[in-house]
Amino acid sequence: MSPSATPTGSTPETTTPRFGKHLLSLRDLSADTITALLNTADGFLEIGTRTVKKVPALRGKTVVNLFFEPSTRTRTSFELAAKRLSADVLNITVAASSVVKGETLTDTARTIEAMNTDTVVIRHAAAGAPQLLAETLNSHVINAGDGAHEHPTQGLLDLFTIRRAKGRIEGLNVVIVGDITHSRVARSGLIGLTKLGAHVRLVAPPTMIPSGIEKLSEGPGDVTVGYDLDAALKGADVIMPLRLQLERQGAPLFPGKREYATLYGINRERMAAAAEGAIVMHPGPINRGVEIAHDVADSDQSTILSQVTHGVAVRMAVLYHYSAGQGAAA
Amino acid sequence: MTPQHTRSEAGGRSAAREILSADDAARALKRMAHEVLESGKGAGNLVLVGIRRGGEPLAHRLADAIQQIESVQPPIGLLDITLYRDDLGQRADQPEVRETRIPFDITGKDVLLVDDVLFTGRTISAALNALTDFGRPAHVLLAVLVDRGHRELPIRADFVGKNIPTSPGDRVEVRFGDDGTVLGATLEDAA
Repeated sequence: MSPSATPTGSTPETTTPRFGKHLLSLRDLSADTITALLNTADGFLEIGTRTVKKVPALRGKTVVNLFFEPSTRTRTSFELAAKRLSADVLNITVAASSVVKGETLTDTARTIEAMNTDTVVIRHAAAGAPQLLAETLNSHVINAGDGAHEHPTQGLLDLFTIRRAKGRIEGLNVVIVGDITHSRVARSGLIGLTKLGAHVRLVAPPTMIPSGIEKLSEGPGDVTVGYDLDAALKGADVIMPLRLQLERQGAPLFPGKREYATLYGINRERMAAAAEGAIVMHPGPINRGVEIAHDVADSDQSTILSQVTHGVAVRMAVLYHYSAGQGAAA
Repeated sequence: MTPQHTRSEAGGRSAAREILSADDAARALKRMAHEVLESGKGAGNLVLVGIRRGGEPLAHRLADAIQQIESVQPPIGLLDITLYRDDLGQRADQPEVRETRIPFDITGKDVLLVDDVLFTGRTISAALNALTDFGRPAHVLLAVLVDRGHRELPIRADFVGKNIPTSPGDRVEVRFGDDGTVLGATLEDAA
């Protein structure tokens, strides 16, 4: 639970970003380190456009995708990223694993590590599962989403997309609208955005905003919480509707999809209040007509597909920094 | 011995002395441009690939010098060799990766690799490996502003601005202005 080694004056090269051994939460990364990861991702973006889409950086390394929750886009994104870096990739999903036979998370992970893996990418429905693995294993551990806690690589790819579209992050007004309570994307986004100096506005029905969420904000940016979407959209540079995750809500938090769309759905009329050149992002998969209307999802302002492209480059940058070496960086 | 290792020996150096002035560099680049053109059949099939970071401004200066002679500017690409380094897996902190930008097909071309300092040859070895991912050039040639010796691989430069005798622990640095002009090169003795 230690928020990573703080390099306060211990090293003479203060400009060198410290990555640490694991990527569990964006809270552990300094603004400089996040920026360094985004810079590396800039370098990796070009590899996806080559005829030979492969570089030898992680040749001989083994990356395991250990997914305890169904996921297509995050897993394929990590898989492609690892393969483009020449790592060997092993995909293990819950349906095919020993978990159904009663094995504990730790035992599963230890068994896999006994095959000499270098990096374990884990997604789990329980918040803190990646932390547990990091304390148990010698491999690098990358959090690919744990419960409603964090999804750091999604946060990074959102930052990356904003930086490429707007040229900066500092000073931008970013609206995150939707089920904040159940969204690890919102948490990682909020932490990363405020660390890099954005003004974040969280908007949702009161049932979907956990109290005290604003405490996750880490300056120089700031966060405000509101219930009125149209007010929040005024002058917004970036709008991030979240997927309405009905499968995660036990008791319904809202009367219905239609009412949600009316009050909190992003559509073209609403977008008129946003700043000129504003972009609309979505972590996917999208519920068309619910949190985002067709005319916005398919507009030039939408970055939904470039987020997917950027996701591979960002995960390459993450794997590159969290797979090599003998884990001596921790 | 890795370059990282030699850099860490920085303590107690004598002051840096100039081994190449801005004028020397300009003259050397002009001569190299002539040599490049004489070695081939003009600039027709020539493309330049600068190795980041020092080779980037040098490739532009060399292309400018070629243009003054032939009135055509050869295409310029940029290569970041970080991902092809032979010591990547051994490092604890990975170096930052910069963009590679080769906006043309190198297959069948005469590729002139450009770098500022030639030392162990490991950077050039990595660059040659990287080039094979982009195509199959007819020829690959190497131009460097400073050759300081101490090769660890069977690699040599085709065009050299200046040969400088050094000790392995010395530090050679080519300095560039904000506009990419060569300000000169300095050598710091090993302690």
